[in-house]
Amino acid sequence: MKITIPMNEQNAESGVCPSFGRAPYFLLYDTNTKEIKWIANSAAESSGGAGIAAAQLLADSGADELITPRCGENAEKVLSGAKIKAYRAMDGTAKENLEALAAGKLSPLSEFHAGFHGHGG
Amino acid sequence: MADKPLTVAVLSGKGGTGKTLVSVNLAAAAGDAVYLDCDVEEPNGHLFFKPEAAEEETVAVKIPQIDTALCTGCRKCVEFCAFHARAFTGNHPMLFDEVCHSCGGCALLCPAGAIRETDKAVGTVFSGVSDGVDVYTGRLNIGEASGIPVIKRLLSKIPNSGNRPVFIDCPPGSACAVMESIQDADFCVLVAEPTIFGAHNLAMVYELVSLFHKPFGAVLNKCQAGENPSETFCLEHRIPILGRIPFDAELGALNAEGGIAARENERYRALFGSLLEQIGKEARHEAASDSQR
Repeated sequence: MKITIPMNEQNAESGVCPSFGRAPYFLLYDTNTKEIKWIANSAAESSGGAGIAAAQLLADSGADELITPRCGENAEKVLSGAKIKAYRAMDGTAKENLEALAAGKLSPLSEFHAGFHGHGG
Repeated sequence: MADKPLTVAVLSGKGGTGKTLVSVNLAAAAGDAVYLDCDVEEPNGHLFFKPEAAEEETVAVKIPQIDTALCTGCRKCVEFCAFHARAFTGNHPMLFDEVCHSCGGCALLCPAGAIRETDKAVGTVFSGVSDGVDVYTGRLNIGEASGIPVIKRLLSKIPNSGNRPVFIDCPPGSACAVMESIQDADFCVLVAEPTIFGAHNLAMVYELVSLFHKPFGAVLNKCQAGENPSETFCLEHRIPILGRIPFDAELGALNAEGGIAARENERYRALFGSLLEQIGKEARHEAASDSQR
């Protein structure tokens, strides 16, 4: 099982990035090997469709689950197409979120916003 | 100059400053003119002109359609799309219509020939006549992300020859849709309110028209006694003030009833007539100094 989290910096002890599509990095944790890998988000700087491209990147990385504070509806379509389950992140570090997910304390992400498309957020 | 119509774009940094008031009344004051409502998300110039013999045409864009039976999953389209309108998961190609910019690249590129382009309606252009003024109104369909295709169609209505002036009622702000609307303009009129917020919005469009090297001038709307931060901004930046429209209950009432002040009120016929003259003078002056460069 591989779990991914949008991150501002490559440090599992730091907080989760509030943006999904425009997060600079994704943490990819393998529950079998207990290893953490870092994926640079090539979509972070794109002018549009960042969520779609980021979700594609995660689909290609083989992620099974995603922990994120929020996610747009276009990205959600790609995630569900790739059968990646999204969970709502809680306050705290990436590590704490991974522990919370393992303990069954995170709830599935059920609301997906319509995207900000250059209008803040 | 006589064989190419003078094209004037009216813009402002925010909604509600008086773009429609100014552009509708300028066209009415000109009498024999063309009016384009490029504020396609909320066009309202037609409420004043009430054009007769209105015709409508649909504006469509090309959207790729994927034949999933032919798709080999090579993902060339996903890699190619600069706008990230394409994705591929679990053996299924995906398309995000509203992200697509209709470039047609994926259809050209697909080695399996699985993609062809189809029309998707995104809006409507209405055309009609109001007392000598040709009125063109663009309306974007609800839910569509970009008004650009509708604005392009509106701009295609600008006559190539003749001397009937053209007035373009722009969308508010200074983003893509406004840039599209002013690109063919010979002169830009910036409408500004007498508030600090108004001056801030004026600064935004001032920056835009400067960037586009467009000749321009300002119209100060809702003028009252006392300070006018937009006027101060004009003086500081040497922006020609083409005219002043008073904060006037009579004008407000006329406008609220859907009347065109320049047609119904002698005072405003004179005001917009002289504004029109002022714009003509500035535009000719700019054209003359341009040819000297």
